Amino acid sequence: MTHINLAALEIGQVIGTTEFLLTRDSLVRYAGASGDFNSIHYRDDVAAAVGLPGVLAHGMLTMGAAVQVAVDWVGDAGKIADYQVRFTKPVVVDPVDGAVLVVTGKVGAIDAENRLVRIDLAAVFNETTVLGKAQAQVRV
Amino acid sequence: MVNPNVQGKKYPVTNPYLVGREKIREFAHAVKSTNAMNLDVFAAQAAGYSDVIAPPTFAVVIQERSLAAVLADPEADIDFSRVVHGDQRFIHARPIVAGDELTSQLEVASVKSLGAHSMVTFETKIFDIDNALVCTAISTLVVRGDE
Repeated sequence: MTHINLAALEIGQVIGTTEFLLTRDSLVRYAGASGDFNSIHYRDDVAAAVGLPGVLAHGMLTMGAAVQVAVDWVGDAGKIADYQVRFTKPVVVDPVDGAVLVVTGKVGAIDAENRLVRIDLAAVFNETTVLGKAQAQVRV
Repeated sequence: MVNPNVQGKKYPVTNPYLVGREKIREFAHAVKSTNAMNLDVFAAQAAGYSDVIAPPTFAVVIQERSLAAVLADPEADIDFSRVVHGDQRFIHARPIVAGDELTSQLEVASVKSLGAHSMVTFETKIFDIDNALVCTAISTLVVRGDE
């Protein structure tokens, strides 16, 4: 059980919005923490050579940051029972300005019997949604 | 093209991965978590965990260890320079906790072709030291074919 009052929840209700600033520093930090050292995430020359518009954020960094909206709502990272995303658009990270990712979570479904709430996450960069079917099943 | 015959192939169980408290904190900072369960041992213990727990996507670190064996397998014939991450899912039986010793086993769930491209779905099961399932990580990679 958590502090969430299931009876007061409504489908479509916004549970939170968070703005994440992803800089080149964020990418280097994520590379080290995750072990994903693919150089398209920190070298402009490599990104250009393989035809990318610039250095990209790791998809897994975008996925990992986005779910924090659901984690902050429930208050416990251990309550995320199931989390999935589709990587639909790249997040290009400018060397000076970085990239601003705005994530909004909404109640997508409520399973009162099993005390599960599906949170649908919209992750937007540059007015474009970058994750598809981003859904977290939260144990409440 | 990815060899369709590897569909159903299971790769060897990986060496145990010891989940460190500082690794969890490092990963949590990297994914911009401010959740006390990831960072504060006392808060995590007050919530009933034995130590800090990992963010929901930390299992990718274990999944990558299994995936490395597939990418190195000549039979699968996957050109990593042509790989794009298509989708990802983590189904948690319980959160990963600092101190866990985790092994994993990957199975190639499906190989599909889409024109010149291939889509390969991997299912990695992650187990604790008692061989209880902790997490199932499902990952689809798109491998671009010759243009």
